[in-house]
Amino acid sequence: MNAVDAVRPADGRGDTLVTVDDLAVHFPITSGIVFRHKIGAVRAVDGLSFTVKRGETLGLVGESGCGKSTTGRAILQLIRPTTGRVLYEGADLAHLRGGALRRQRRRMQMIFQDPYASLNSRMTVADIVGEPLLVHRMLDRSGRRDRVRELLQTVGINPNTLNRYPHEFSGGQRQRIGIARALAVEPNFIVCDEPISALDVSIRAQIINLLQELQRDFGLTYLFIAHDLSVVRHISDRVAVMYLGRIVELAENAVLYGEPMHPYTQALLSAVPIPDPEAEEHRRAVVLQGDVPSPADPPPGCHFHTRCPAMQEGHCDLESPALKEVRPGHFAACHLINAGDYPRIRAGENDLAVVAGSPAEGGAVAAVSDVASEELEMGSSE
Amino acid sequence: MSGVLPPHDPYAAGEVASPAKATDVALGGGSTAPVGVDWSPDALLIEHRSTWKEVWIRFRRDKFAVGGLVVVILLILMAIFAPWLAPHDPTVQYDEGLTMQGMPVGSSSQFWLGTDTLGRDLLSRLIYGARVSLVIGVLANGFALVLGVIFGLTAGYFRGWIETLLMRMTDVMMAFPIYLFAIALVSVLKPSLWILVLVIGIVYWTPMTRVIHGEVLSIREKEFVDAARLTGCTNARLLYRHILPHLVAPVIVYISLGIATTILFESTLSYIGLGVQPPTPSWGQMISEGQPYYLSAPHLVIYPGLMIMITVLAFNLVGDGLRDAFDPQQRRR
Repeated sequence: MNAVDAVRPADGRGDTLVTVDDLAVHFPITSGIVFRHKIGAVRAVDGLSFTVKRGETLGLVGESGCGKSTTGRAILQLIRPTTGRVLYEGADLAHLRGGALRRQRRRMQMIFQDPYASLNSRMTVADIVGEPLLVHRMLDRSGRRDRVRELLQTVGINPNTLNRYPHEFSGGQRQRIGIARALAVEPNFIVCDEPISALDVSIRAQIINLLQELQRDFGLTYLFIAHDLSVVRHISDRVAVMYLGRIVELAENAVLYGEPMHPYTQALLSAVPIPDPEAEEHRRAVVLQGDVPSPADPPPGCHFHTRCPAMQEGHCDLESPALKEVRPGHFAACHLINAGDYPRIRAGENDLAVVAGSPAEGGAVAAVSDVASEELEMGSSE
Repeated sequence: MSGVLPPHDPYAAGEVASPAKATDVALGGGSTAPVGVDWSPDALLIEHRSTWKEVWIRFRRDKFAVGGLVVVILLILMAIFAPWLAPHDPTVQYDEGLTMQGMPVGSSSQFWLGTDTLGRDLLSRLIYGARVSLVIGVLANGFALVLGVIFGLTAGYFRGWIETLLMRMTDVMMAFPIYLFAIALVSVLKPSLWILVLVIGIVYWTPMTRVIHGEVLSIREKEFVDAARLTGCTNARLLYRHILPHLVAPVIVYISLGIATTILFESTLSYIGLGVQPPTPSWGQMISEGQPYYLSAPHLVIYPGLMIMITVLAFNLVGDGLRDAFDPQQRRR
């Protein structure tokens, strides 16, 4: 698929590093001034289970507000999960407190979306990158300084700038500083929370390439959260698609983009534009009707049934589908997928149609996203 | 950024070396492969300076702020050395300080700024009055600040029941009419300078807590706080290194205004006789004493009024300058 796959180190790769088990994050909606009482909950994440394998990049895609970022934060315990477990190398993080949790934080880090908000504007670069070393008492003063210089060099920032403040750097450079901070404690697992969506298009490929280089050099495991499908396709080994707090489909990169089974994934992938005018003219995006329902009041049954062209009444709107392995390594949560057969969604002239056809017809969708991915690879090779 | 560049402008070196995209190349943003890249230009290297030194370097560029600081220092010196500076004893009533009709006299070689209604030297009373105003202005605000920071930080950072408790308590305090509250407190306790500091501090603690609480609520949601928590910072370090520095600007603005309000508040209390007790002079009390005579002897009101104005203005200028100086982005202004 891409060059990184071929050269990734084989040692320890493939065993499970992080296990997410029935993770749920519900934000309470409260009422009252003196005595607050709960009148409801926003179910930002509503029962997620998946694993991240050592050395892989798991892409997590979905629309705005579907709970991607909340998932990333809940895994790192920045937001405490309402229920469920997060196992890191078999140890549950959700029950760790205080010092034990702080020690465990050395193993996992995060790269943030907004490089302008994620660096403390009152601290110098040396203080920002050196802080993890300081709080974990990893090196003495001069050792820290050397390590900070080394880290800055690793991410492509001139180490002589270490006494400068974040506002003296561009967005892309700040993101590099954020990456250096994440690397300081030598973590194994990094949650990348839309690390490039706030950056200029011309800078995105540089940061993606840097992330891939670092993964290769340090054997990192990524959970890569994004809403940009072609970027996720470029960097991920496996991809999970989220809709309204739940995972609807999870599969190997090539499988998911090649033959998406879940109706939502199919609609999502058909919306990726093609950078070829002729092909783009013939592309028909599946336009889903209506809006994403509010996570404060999710629909019963399958969360997607209110917009699903293939919805079957009396089934989809009553029973919540479990995420099950429909083919080896390919998970989907849909009642209509049976033994490898699945509803094929096509864009009609004016309305939507569900076409029951041969698997070959699914190829059109795959072709769409192939081209989109090439665009990024061309961009990144500059 | 025009005209003369400051001596340590980070981009100056880069611009000379390569005009096109100088900043990107110079600071190292362009390359993804740092191996073999020559980082040699030491021009980018700047010395490490302590935060306070940085603040001072930025502060002294603001001429108005420096002017304000000079005035504040002069006022403080005046208050400290009042016994040596004042030409007369501020509490002695001079026979020659009153006309035959019992009216205050104007300026003369003996009484430079004239006398007050009891024949006391106005200049000496102004000089001694600085003690009361400055002590109250600075200490009462300091007291309010300490309470405000403790309560506001705790409530805003830890949230939960402790926030509800502290902030509802603040609301209850704010619901009291502040003058009535101060009058009640002063009349129960014996009025003195230190009681005044306490009372004014307690009265001004609530809005300070509100301001800090609100700021903390917004700062704690910023991504850099999440990032710091992820690096393993303890709560104490998070509060001290990541949240407190961002409170400096709003707090300083609030205090520079607060000092002015406090000096006037002391005047009000003195006016109704609950402030500093005579014969100790305070500017507010002098205005209230001189007010009935403002047509025949306007200097009784004008001079203490001028002193209050100068003091308030000086503190505001210093506050403005400090707020800007604490912001690293002001560096190249």
